[in-house]
Amino acid sequence: MTGRRMTTSVEIAGVGIHPFGRFADKSVVQMGAEAVRAALKAAAIGRGDFQAAFCGTVYTGVAAGHKVLTALGMSGIPIMNVEAGCASGGAALSLGVEAIRAGRYDCVLVFGMEKMPSGVIRSSFFEPWREQAGLAVNPAYFALRAQRLMLESGVTADHLAQVSVKNHRHGVHNPYAMYRKVFTRADVLGSAMVCPPLTLYMLCAPNEGAAAVVLRRARGEAPGRVMVAAAALRSHLPGSVLGEHTPMSGLCDEAVTSPTALAARAAFEEAGIGIDDVDVVELQDTDSGRELLSYEELGICGKGEAGACLDEGRTEMTGRLPVNPSGGLLSKGEPLGASALGQIVELYWQLRGEAGARQVDGATVALAHTVGRGANACVVILKR
Amino acid sequence: MTTATRVAITGGLFVMEGDGSGQLLGGYCDGCKHYHFPCFPSCPYCSAEGCVERRLSPHGRLVLFTSVRNRPPGYHGEVPYGFGIVELPEGIRIVTRLTEADPARLRAGMPVRLVLTAVQTDDQGRDVVSYAFAPEGE
Repeated sequence: MTGRRMTTSVEIAGVGIHPFGRFADKSVVQMGAEAVRAALKAAAIGRGDFQAAFCGTVYTGVAAGHKVLTALGMSGIPIMNVEAGCASGGAALSLGVEAIRAGRYDCVLVFGMEKMPSGVIRSSFFEPWREQAGLAVNPAYFALRAQRLMLESGVTADHLAQVSVKNHRHGVHNPYAMYRKVFTRADVLGSAMVCPPLTLYMLCAPNEGAAAVVLRRARGEAPGRVMVAAAALRSHLPGSVLGEHTPMSGLCDEAVTSPTALAARAAFEEAGIGIDDVDVVELQDTDSGRELLSYEELGICGKGEAGACLDEGRTEMTGRLPVNPSGGLLSKGEPLGASALGQIVELYWQLRGEAGARQVDGATVALAHTVGRGANACVVILKR
Repeated sequence: MTTATRVAITGGLFVMEGDGSGQLLGGYCDGCKHYHFPCFPSCPYCSAEGCVERRLSPHGRLVLFTSVRNRPPGYHGEVPYGFGIVELPEGIRIVTRLTEADPARLRAGMPVRLVLTAVQTDDQGRDVVSYAFAPEGE
Protein backbone atom coordinates (compact mmCIF):
# COMPACT_ATOMS: atom_id res chain seq x y z
CA MET A 1 0.00 0.00 0.00
CA THR A 2 2.72 2.43 1.02
CA GLY A 3 4.59 1.94 -2.22
CA ARG A 4 1.59 2.87 -4.31
CA ARG A 5 0.84 5.87 -2.18
CA MET A 6 4.37 7.12 -2.77
CA THR A 7 3.93 6.87 -6.52
CA THR A 8 0.52 8.50 -6.88
CA SER A 9 -1.11 10.84 -4.41
CA VAL A 10 -4.76 11.80 -4.69
CA GLU A 11 -6.18 15.24 -4.01
CA ILE A 12 -9.67 16.66 -3.82
CA ALA A 13 -10.26 19.04 -6.71
CA GLY A 14 -13.68 20.23 -5.60
CA VAL A 15 -16.77 19.34 -3.59
CA GLY A 16 -20.50 19.94 -3.88
CA ILE A 17 -23.52 19.24 -1.72
CA HIS A 18 -27.28 19.33 -1.97
CA PRO A 19 -28.76 20.15 1.45
CA PHE A 20 -29.90 17.19 3.57
CA GLY A 21 -33.59 17.36 4.45
CA ARG A 22 -37.01 16.79 2.89
CA PHE A 23 -37.65 17.91 -0.67
CA ALA A 24 -41.09 16.70 -1.73
CA ASP A 25 -40.94 18.25 -5.20
CA LYS A 26 -37.46 17.08 -6.10
CA SER A 27 -36.36 13.74 -7.51
CA VAL A 28 -33.30 11.94 -6.22
CA VAL A 29 -31.75 12.28 -9.68
CA GLN A 30 -32.21 16.04 -9.53
CA MET A 31 -30.55 16.25 -6.12
CA GLY A 32 -27.65 14.10 -7.33
CA ALA A 33 -27.28 16.24 -10.44
CA GLU A 34 -27.17 19.46 -8.39
CA ALA A 35 -24.44 18.10 -6.11
CA VAL A 36 -22.41 16.90 -9.13
CA ARG A 37 -22.79 20.27 -10.88
CA ALA A 38 -21.61 22.07 -7.73
CA ALA A 39 -18.55 19.81 -7.34
CA LEU A 40 -17.56 20.11 -11.02
CA LYS A 41 -17.93 23.88 -10.80
CA ALA A 42 -15.79 24.03 -7.66
CA ALA A 43 -13.16 21.90 -9.42
CA ALA A 44 -13.44 24.13 -12.50
CA ILE A 45 -13.97 21.15 -14.78
CA GLY A 46 -16.78 19.85 -16.98
CA ARG A 47 -17.86 17.02 -19.24
CA GLY A 48 -14.91 15.11 -20.61
CA ASP A 49 -12.56 16.13 -17.80
CA PHE A 50 -13.19 13.07 -15.60
CA GLN A 51 -12.69 9.53 -16.83
CA ALA A 52 -14.89 7.53 -14.48
CA ALA A 53 -17.68 7.99 -11.96
CA PHE A 54 -18.49 6.11 -8.74
CA CYS A 55 -21.96 6.52 -7.26
CA GLY A 56 -22.96 5.48 -3.73
CA THR A 57 -26.64 4.85 -3.05
CA VAL A 58 -28.81 2.26 -1.31
CA TYR A 59 -32.44 2.96 -2.18
CA THR A 60 -32.25 4.55 -5.63
CA GLY A 61 -32.45 1.28 -7.54
CA VAL A 62 -31.03 0.14 -10.84
CA ALA A 63 -28.42 2.30 -12.61
CA ALA A 64 -28.74 5.18 -10.15
CA GLY A 65 -25.48 6.89 -11.06
CA HIS A 66 -26.21 6.41 -14.74
CA LYS A 67 -29.50 8.28 -14.38
CA VAL A 68 -27.74 11.31 -12.87
CA LEU A 69 -25.02 11.46 -15.52
CA THR A 70 -27.58 10.79 -18.26
CA ALA A 71 -29.57 13.80 -17.08
CA LEU A 72 -26.38 15.88 -17.16
CA GLY A 73 -25.34 14.64 -20.61
CA MET A 74 -22.12 13.28 -19.11
CA SER A 75 -22.38 9.55 -19.80
CA GLY A 76 -20.06 7.46 -21.95
CA ILE A 77 -17.42 6.94 -19.27
CA PRO A 78 -17.51 3.95 -16.90
CA ILE A 79 -20.10 4.55 -14.16
CA MET A 80 -20.02 2.25 -11.14
CA ASN A 81 -22.85 2.05 -8.61
CA VAL A 82 -21.85 1.06 -5.10
CA GLU A 83 -24.02 -0.11 -2.23
CA ALA A 84 -22.36 -0.44 1.16
CA GLY A 85 -25.13 0.61 3.55
CA CYS A 86 -24.34 3.73 5.56
CA ALA A 87 -20.78 3.59 4.20
CA SER A 88 -21.84 3.61 0.52
CA GLY A 89 -20.32 7.02 -0.19
CA GLY A 90 -17.12 6.01 1.58
CA ALA A 91 -16.93 2.81 -0.46
CA ALA A 92 -17.40 4.81 -3.67
CA LEU A 93 -14.68 7.23 -2.56
CA SER A 94 -12.23 4.45 -1.74
CA LEU A 95 -12.76 2.90 -5.19
CA GLY A 96 -12.12 6.26 -6.83
CA VAL A 97 -8.96 6.82 -4.80
CA GLU A 98 -7.65 3.33 -5.60
CA ALA A 99 -8.38 3.76 -9.31
CA ILE A 100 -6.31 6.95 -9.45
CA ARG A 101 -3.50 5.48 -7.36
CA ALA A 102 -3.42 2.49 -9.69
CA GLY A 103 -2.81 4.89 -12.56
CA ARG A 104 -6.06 3.99 -14.28
CA TYR A 105 -7.49 7.52 -14.28
CA ASP A 106 -6.29 11.08 -13.71
CA CYS A 107 -9.61 12.42 -12.50
CA VAL A 108 -12.78 10.75 -11.22
CA LEU A 109 -16.16 11.90 -9.98
CA VAL A 110 -17.52 10.39 -6.76
CA PHE A 111 -21.07 11.16 -5.71
CA GLY A 112 -23.91 9.78 -3.63
CA MET A 113 -27.58 10.53 -3.15
CA GLU A 114 -30.67 9.24 -1.44
CA LYS A 115 -34.38 9.89 -1.06
CA MET A 116 -35.71 7.89 1.87
CA PRO A 117 -39.14 7.51 3.42
CA SER A 118 -39.48 8.93 6.94
CA GLY A 119 -39.55 6.79 10.05
CA VAL A 120 -37.77 3.54 10.77
CA ILE A 121 -35.78 2.46 7.73
CA ARG A 122 -37.25 -0.54 5.91
CA SER A 123 -34.46 -2.59 4.42
CA SER A 124 -34.50 -5.47 1.93
CA PHE A 125 -31.63 -6.77 4.08
CA PHE A 126 -34.18 -8.36 6.40
CA GLU A 127 -36.08 -11.45 5.26
CA PRO A 128 -39.90 -11.00 5.47
CA TRP A 129 -40.11 -13.36 8.47
CA ARG A 130 -37.71 -11.17 10.44
CA GLU A 131 -39.95 -8.18 9.80
CA GLN A 132 -43.07 -10.18 10.73
CA ALA A 133 -41.39 -11.42 13.91
CA GLY A 134 -40.64 -7.84 14.96
CA LEU A 135 -36.89 -8.45 14.75
CA ALA A 136 -36.12 -5.99 11.91
CA VAL A 137 -35.95 -2.85 14.05
CA ASN A 138 -32.82 -0.76 13.60
CA PRO A 139 -33.31 1.48 16.67
CA ALA A 140 -33.72 -1.61 18.85
CA TYR A 141 -30.27 -2.83 17.82
CA PHE A 142 -28.89 0.67 18.48
CA ALA A 143 -30.57 0.59 21.89
CA LEU A 144 -28.92 -2.69 22.84
CA ARG A 145 -25.48 -1.28 21.92
CA ALA A 146 -26.26 1.82 23.97
CA GLN A 147 -27.31 -0.36 26.90
CA ARG A 148 -24.03 -2.26 26.69
CA LEU A 149 -22.15 1.07 26.84
CA MET A 150 -24.18 1.96 29.92
CA LEU A 151 -23.25 -1.35 31.53
CA GLU A 152 -19.57 -1.27 30.59
CA SER A 153 -18.40 2.26 29.80
CA GLY A 154 -19.89 4.42 32.52
CA VAL A 155 -22.31 5.91 30.03
CA THR A 156 -25.55 7.34 31.42
CA ALA A 157 -28.78 8.55 29.83
CA ASP A 158 -27.41 12.07 30.45
CA HIS A 159 -24.37 11.26 28.31
CA LEU A 160 -26.61 10.03 25.52
CA ALA A 161 -28.56 13.28 25.71
CA GLN A 162 -25.36 15.34 25.85
CA VAL A 163 -24.12 13.93 22.52
CA SER A 164 -27.31 15.12 20.86
CA VAL A 165 -27.06 18.52 22.58
CA LYS A 166 -23.45 18.92 21.42
CA ASN A 167 -24.10 17.97 17.80
CA HIS A 168 -27.23 20.10 17.51
CA ARG A 169 -25.30 23.05 18.95
CA HIS A 170 -22.85 22.61 16.06
CA GLY A 171 -25.57 21.97 13.49
CA VAL A 172 -27.16 25.35 14.08
CA HIS A 173 -24.33 26.82 12.01
CA ASN A 174 -24.65 24.36 9.10
CA PRO A 175 -26.85 25.64 6.26
CA TYR A 176 -26.92 22.13 4.76
CA ALA A 177 -28.35 20.47 7.89
CA MET A 178 -31.99 19.41 8.31
CA TYR A 179 -32.40 20.41 11.96
CA ARG A 180 -30.79 23.72 12.91
CA LYS A 181 -32.06 24.05 16.44
CA VAL A 182 -30.46 24.05 19.87
CA PHE A 183 -31.80 21.40 22.25
CA THR A 184 -31.29 21.12 25.99
CA ARG A 185 -30.59 17.87 27.77
CA ALA A 186 -34.14 18.02 29.14
CA ASP A 187 -35.51 18.41 25.59
CA VAL A 188 -33.62 15.32 24.45
CA LEU A 189 -34.46 13.20 27.50
CA GLY A 190 -38.08 14.35 27.37
CA SER A 191 -38.64 13.57 23.69
CA ALA A 192 -40.62 10.46 22.79
CA MET A 193 -39.09 7.18 23.99
CA VAL A 194 -38.35 5.05 20.92
CA CYS A 195 -36.39 2.07 22.27
CA PRO A 196 -35.04 2.55 25.82
CA PRO A 197 -32.59 4.10 26.53
CA LEU A 198 -32.87 5.94 23.19
CA THR A 199 -35.34 8.79 22.78
CA LEU A 200 -36.38 10.35 19.48
CA TYR A 201 -33.83 13.20 19.67
CA MET A 202 -31.02 10.70 20.24
CA LEU A 203 -31.69 9.15 16.83
CA CYS A 204 -30.86 10.60 13.43
CA ALA A 205 -33.58 10.87 10.80
CA PRO A 206 -33.29 9.06 7.47
CA ASN A 207 -33.87 11.78 4.87
CA GLU A 208 -32.86 13.09 1.43
CA GLY A 209 -29.83 14.74 -0.06
CA ALA A 210 -26.74 14.38 -2.20
CA ALA A 211 -23.01 15.11 -2.12
CA ALA A 212 -20.19 14.94 -4.66
CA VAL A 213 -16.39 15.01 -4.63
CA VAL A 214 -14.00 15.36 -7.57
CA LEU A 215 -10.74 13.46 -7.08
CA ARG A 216 -7.61 13.85 -9.17
CA ARG A 217 -4.00 12.79 -9.29
CA ALA A 218 -2.09 15.33 -7.21
CA ARG A 219 0.19 17.61 -9.16
CA GLY A 220 2.60 20.24 -7.91
CA GLU A 221 1.99 22.24 -4.78
CA ALA A 222 -1.01 24.48 -4.37
CA PRO A 223 -2.15 26.54 -1.38
CA GLY A 224 -5.19 25.04 0.34
CA ARG A 225 -4.69 21.69 -1.32
CA VAL A 226 -6.49 18.79 0.41
CA MET A 227 -5.04 15.31 -0.04
CA VAL A 228 -6.73 11.99 0.56
CA ALA A 229 -4.17 10.35 2.84
CA ALA A 230 -6.22 7.18 3.33
CA ALA A 231 -9.57 5.65 2.45
CA ALA A 232 -10.12 2.25 4.05
CA LEU A 233 -13.24 0.11 3.83
CA ARG A 234 -13.69 -2.98 5.99
CA SER A 235 -16.46 -5.44 6.82
CA HIS A 236 -17.07 -7.30 10.08
CA LEU A 237 -15.29 -10.26 11.57
CA PRO A 238 -17.54 -13.14 12.68
CA GLY A 239 -18.71 -13.70 16.22
CA SER A 240 -20.30 -10.54 17.60
CA VAL A 241 -24.05 -10.73 18.10
CA LEU A 242 -24.27 -6.93 18.37
CA GLY A 243 -22.27 -6.25 15.20
CA GLU A 244 -23.58 -3.95 12.50
CA HIS A 245 -24.12 -7.00 10.32
CA THR A 246 -27.15 -7.55 12.61
CA PRO A 247 -27.00 -11.36 12.75
CA MET A 248 -29.60 -13.54 14.46
CA SER A 249 -26.97 -14.98 16.76
CA GLY A 250 -23.36 -14.73 17.82
CA LEU A 251 -20.91 -15.86 20.44
CA CYS A 252 -20.36 -12.62 22.32
CA ASP A 253 -21.31 -8.96 22.23
CA GLU A 254 -17.78 -7.60 22.32
CA ALA A 255 -14.21 -8.96 22.19
CA VAL A 256 -14.33 -9.15 18.40
CA THR A 257 -12.46 -6.30 16.70
CA SER A 258 -15.17 -4.11 15.16
CA PRO A 259 -15.24 -3.14 11.46
CA THR A 260 -14.72 0.48 12.57
CA ALA A 261 -11.55 -0.47 14.46
CA LEU A 262 -10.35 -2.52 11.49
CA ALA A 263 -10.94 0.34 9.06
CA ALA A 264 -9.33 2.87 11.41
CA ARG A 265 -6.24 0.70 11.85
CA ALA A 266 -5.90 0.30 8.08
CA ALA A 267 -6.44 4.01 7.46
CA PHE A 268 -3.89 5.12 10.07
CA GLU A 269 -1.36 2.70 8.62
CA GLU A 270 -2.06 3.94 5.10
CA ALA A 271 -1.71 7.59 6.16
CA GLY A 272 1.26 6.94 8.43
CA ILE A 273 -0.34 8.79 11.34
CA GLY A 274 -2.26 8.07 14.53
CA ILE A 275 -5.42 9.44 16.16
CA ASP A 276 -3.30 11.95 18.13
CA ASP A 277 -2.38 13.63 14.84
CA VAL A 278 -6.02 14.26 13.92
CA ASP A 279 -7.50 17.74 14.44
CA VAL A 280 -11.15 17.24 13.53
CA VAL A 281 -13.49 14.26 13.15
CA GLU A 282 -16.82 13.62 11.46
CA LEU A 283 -18.16 10.29 12.65
CA GLN A 284 -21.25 8.09 12.43
CA ASP A 285 -23.76 9.38 14.98
CA THR A 286 -26.74 7.37 13.74
CA ASP A 287 -27.70 7.55 17.38
CA SER A 288 -26.06 9.13 20.42
CA GLY A 289 -24.74 5.79 21.62
CA ARG A 290 -23.12 5.15 18.24
CA GLU A 291 -21.05 8.35 18.60
CA LEU A 292 -19.78 7.25 22.02
CA LEU A 293 -19.02 3.75 20.76
CA SER A 294 -17.08 5.29 17.87
CA TYR A 295 -14.92 7.24 20.36
CA GLU A 296 -13.71 3.89 21.72
CA GLU A 297 -13.48 2.08 18.39
CA LEU A 298 -11.53 4.90 16.69
CA GLY A 299 -9.20 5.24 19.68
CA ILE A 300 -10.32 8.78 20.58
CA CYS A 301 -10.50 7.36 24.09
CA GLY A 302 -9.77 4.01 25.67
CA LYS A 303 -12.21 1.16 26.12
CA GLY A 304 -14.72 2.02 28.81
CA GLU A 305 -13.86 5.73 28.74
CA ALA A 306 -16.49 7.11 26.34
CA GLY A 307 -18.56 8.75 29.06
CA ALA A 308 -15.53 10.34 30.70
CA CYS A 309 -14.25 11.51 27.31
CA LEU A 310 -17.51 13.37 26.72
CA ASP A 311 -17.52 14.78 30.27
CA GLU A 312 -14.03 16.20 29.80
CA GLY A 313 -15.24 18.10 26.73
CA ARG A 314 -12.53 16.56 24.57
CA THR A 315 -14.88 16.30 21.58
CA GLU A 316 -16.49 19.73 21.93
CA MET A 317 -15.59 22.52 19.50
CA THR A 318 -13.31 23.91 22.21
CA GLY A 319 -11.84 20.51 23.04
CA ARG A 320 -8.70 18.70 21.95
CA LEU A 321 -10.51 16.85 19.12
CA PRO A 322 -13.81 18.37 17.96
CA VAL A 323 -16.23 15.68 16.76
CA ASN A 324 -19.01 16.38 14.28
CA PRO A 325 -18.62 20.15 13.81
CA SER A 326 -21.16 19.83 10.97
CA GLY A 327 -23.78 18.85 13.53
CA GLY A 328 -23.40 15.19 12.61
CA LEU A 329 -26.15 12.99 11.27
CA LEU A 330 -28.23 13.95 14.31
CA SER A 331 -28.51 17.47 12.84
CA LYS A 332 -28.12 16.74 9.15
CA GLY A 333 -30.17 13.57 8.90
CA GLU A 334 -28.86 10.53 7.07
CA PRO A 335 -29.42 10.14 3.34
CA LEU A 336 -27.53 6.82 3.23
CA GLY A 337 -25.67 7.13 -0.08
CA ALA A 338 -24.81 10.80 0.50
CA SER A 339 -23.95 10.89 4.19
CA ALA A 340 -20.33 9.68 3.98
CA LEU A 341 -19.54 12.14 1.19
CA GLY A 342 -21.29 14.87 3.15
CA GLN A 343 -18.62 14.31 5.80
CA ILE A 344 -15.89 14.66 3.17
CA VAL A 345 -17.43 17.93 1.96
CA GLU A 346 -17.48 19.27 5.52
CA LEU A 347 -13.91 18.22 6.27
CA TYR A 348 -12.62 19.63 2.97
CA TRP A 349 -14.06 22.99 4.01
CA GLN A 350 -12.65 22.58 7.54
CA LEU A 351 -9.15 21.93 6.21
CA ARG A 352 -9.36 24.94 3.89
CA GLY A 353 -10.66 27.22 6.66
CA GLU A 354 -13.95 27.67 4.82
CA ALA A 355 -16.34 26.25 7.44
CA GLY A 356 -17.56 29.60 8.73
CA ALA A 357 -19.03 29.69 12.25
CA ARG A 358 -18.31 25.97 12.75
CA GLN A 359 -14.62 26.23 11.78
CA VAL A 360 -12.11 24.25 13.84
CA ASP A 361 -9.18 26.64 13.93
CA GLY A 362 -5.98 25.53 12.26
CA ALA A 363 -7.17 22.02 11.36
CA THR A 364 -4.71 20.25 9.05
CA VAL A 365 -5.65 16.58 9.50
CA ALA A 366 -9.24 15.33 9.40
CA LEU A 367 -10.89 11.94 9.83
CA ALA A 368 -14.26 10.79 8.48
CA HIS A 369 -15.97 7.63 9.72
CA THR A 370 -19.08 5.78 8.62
CA VAL A 371 -20.39 2.38 9.67
CA GLY A 372 -23.59 0.49 9.07
CA ARG A 373 -25.43 -2.27 7.30
CA GLY A 374 -23.26 -5.00 5.86
CA ALA A 375 -21.41 -4.54 8.04
CA ASN A 376 -19.42 -1.86 6.29
CA ALA A 377 -17.11 0.62 7.96
CA CYS A 378 -15.11 3.28 6.15
CA VAL A 379 -12.46 5.58 7.56
CA VAL A 380 -11.08 8.38 5.38
CA ILE A 381 -8.18 10.61 6.38
CA LEU A 382 -7.72 13.98 4.70
CA LYS A 383 -4.64 16.17 5.05
CA ARG A 384 -3.91 19.72 4.08
CA MET B 1 -53.97 -24.48 22.38
CA THR B 2 -53.63 -26.98 19.52
CA THR B 3 -51.04 -27.30 16.81
CA ALA B 4 -53.74 -27.49 14.15
CA THR B 5 -54.24 -23.72 14.15
CA ARG B 6 -50.56 -22.81 14.56
CA VAL B 7 -48.03 -22.40 11.80
CA ALA B 8 -44.36 -21.50 12.15
CA ILE B 9 -43.36 -18.04 10.86
CA THR B 10 -40.78 -19.74 8.63
CA GLY B 11 -39.29 -23.21 8.39
CA GLY B 12 -36.14 -24.36 10.12
CA LEU B 13 -36.09 -21.95 13.07
CA PHE B 14 -37.64 -24.13 15.76
CA VAL B 15 -39.60 -27.31 16.49
CA MET B 16 -43.11 -27.01 17.91
CA GLU B 17 -44.42 -29.67 20.29
CA GLY B 18 -48.07 -30.56 20.69
CA ASP B 19 -48.24 -28.90 24.11
CA GLY B 20 -47.19 -25.55 22.65
CA SER B 21 -43.59 -25.74 23.84
CA GLY B 22 -40.66 -25.83 21.47
CA GLN B 23 -36.95 -25.65 20.91
CA LEU B 24 -34.81 -23.50 18.63
CA LEU B 25 -32.82 -25.31 15.95
CA GLY B 26 -29.19 -24.26 15.91
CA GLY B 27 -26.30 -25.31 13.75
CA TYR B 28 -23.32 -27.02 15.39
CA CYS B 29 -19.83 -27.03 13.93
CA ASP B 30 -17.69 -30.02 14.86
CA GLY B 31 -14.62 -28.06 13.74
CA CYS B 32 -14.73 -25.09 16.13
CA LYS B 33 -17.36 -26.59 18.49
CA HIS B 34 -19.53 -23.48 18.28
CA TYR B 35 -23.26 -23.08 17.72
CA HIS B 36 -25.00 -20.66 15.41
CA PHE B 37 -28.65 -19.82 14.68
CA PRO B 38 -30.48 -20.30 12.36
CA CYS B 39 -28.76 -23.46 11.14
CA PHE B 40 -26.67 -23.17 7.98
CA PRO B 41 -24.44 -25.85 6.44
CA SER B 42 -21.31 -23.68 6.62
CA CYS B 43 -19.94 -22.44 9.92
CA PRO B 44 -20.16 -18.62 10.12
CA TYR B 45 -17.25 -18.54 12.58
CA CYS B 46 -14.58 -20.86 11.15
CA SER B 47 -15.86 -21.47 7.57
CA ALA B 48 -15.91 -25.26 7.98
CA GLU B 49 -18.53 -27.21 6.06
CA GLY B 50 -20.91 -29.86 7.35
CA CYS B 51 -22.57 -28.14 10.31
CA VAL B 52 -25.35 -30.25 11.77
CA GLU B 53 -28.74 -29.23 13.14
CA ARG B 54 -29.06 -29.43 16.93
CA ARG B 55 -31.89 -28.53 19.29
CA LEU B 56 -30.88 -25.66 21.57
CA SER B 57 -31.68 -25.41 25.25
CA PRO B 58 -34.96 -23.57 25.92
CA HIS B 59 -33.46 -22.04 29.07
CA GLY B 60 -31.01 -19.18 29.10
CA ARG B 61 -30.16 -15.86 30.73
CA LEU B 62 -30.97 -12.35 29.59
CA VAL B 63 -27.95 -10.32 28.45
CA LEU B 64 -29.34 -7.07 27.01
CA PHE B 65 -32.85 -5.76 26.50
CA THR B 66 -34.97 -2.89 25.23
CA SER B 67 -38.54 -2.52 24.02
CA VAL B 68 -40.18 -1.57 20.77
CA ARG B 69 -42.99 0.98 21.20
CA ASN B 70 -43.96 1.73 17.59
CA ARG B 71 -44.91 -0.95 15.09
CA PRO B 72 -41.89 -1.39 12.78
CA PRO B 73 -42.32 -1.84 9.00
CA GLY B 74 -43.54 -5.31 8.02
CA TYR B 75 -44.67 -6.18 11.56
CA HIS B 76 -48.38 -6.66 12.25
CA GLY B 77 -48.30 -7.88 15.84
CA GLU B 78 -48.88 -6.08 19.11
CA VAL B 79 -46.79 -3.24 20.53
CA PRO B 80 -45.06 -2.64 22.78
CA TYR B 81 -42.95 -5.76 22.95
CA GLY B 82 -39.56 -6.63 24.38
CA PHE B 83 -36.43 -7.08 22.28
CA GLY B 84 -33.13 -8.39 23.50
CA ILE B 85 -30.26 -10.83 23.53
CA VAL B 86 -30.35 -14.11 25.42
CA GLU B 87 -27.40 -16.40 26.12
CA LEU B 88 -28.03 -20.16 26.08
CA PRO B 89 -25.95 -22.77 27.92
CA GLU B 90 -24.43 -23.83 24.58
CA GLY B 91 -22.56 -20.49 24.57
CA ILE B 92 -24.61 -18.94 21.81
CA ARG B 93 -26.32 -15.54 22.06
CA ILE B 94 -29.65 -15.14 20.27
CA VAL B 95 -31.44 -11.99 19.10
CA THR B 96 -35.03 -12.41 20.24
CA ARG B 97 -38.39 -10.94 21.10
CA LEU B 98 -39.12 -10.80 24.82
CA THR B 99 -42.60 -11.33 26.21
CA GLU B 100 -41.96 -8.62 28.81
CA ALA B 101 -42.18 -5.16 27.24
CA ASP B 102 -41.38 -3.18 30.38
CA PRO B 103 -37.60 -2.82 30.83
CA ALA B 104 -38.17 -2.00 34.50
CA ARG B 105 -39.27 -5.61 34.99
CA LEU B 106 -36.16 -7.02 33.33
CA ARG B 107 -32.57 -7.19 34.50
CA ALA B 108 -29.33 -8.39 32.93
CA GLY B 109 -28.56 -11.96 33.95
CA MET B 110 -32.10 -13.00 34.84
CA PRO B 111 -33.15 -16.53 33.84
CA VAL B 112 -35.46 -16.76 30.83
CA ARG B 113 -37.14 -19.58 28.91
CA LEU B 114 -38.23 -20.06 25.32
CA VAL B 115 -41.88 -19.61 24.42
CA LEU B 116 -43.61 -19.81 21.04
CA THR B 117 -46.08 -16.98 20.61
CA ALA B 118 -48.40 -15.82 17.83
CA VAL B 119 -47.29 -12.62 16.06
CA GLN B 120 -50.12 -12.44 13.52
CA THR B 121 -52.78 -14.55 11.80
CA ASP B 122 -52.37 -15.63 8.18
CA ASP B 123 -54.95 -15.45 5.39
CA GLN B 124 -56.32 -18.86 6.45
CA GLY B 125 -56.94 -17.65 10.00
CA ARG B 126 -54.06 -19.63 11.47
CA ASP B 127 -51.82 -18.26 14.20
CA VAL B 128 -48.38 -17.43 12.82
CA VAL B 129 -45.95 -18.40 15.55
CA SER B 130 -42.51 -17.03 16.27
CA TYR B 131 -40.11 -17.49 19.16
CA ALA B 132 -39.63 -15.29 22.19
CA PHE B 133 -38.15 -15.54 25.65
CA ALA B 134 -40.07 -15.01 28.88
CA PRO B 135 -38.76 -14.45 32.41
CA GLU B 136 -38.49 -17.86 34.11
CA GLY B 137 -41.49 -18.60 36.30
CA GLU B 138 -43.94 -16.42 34.36
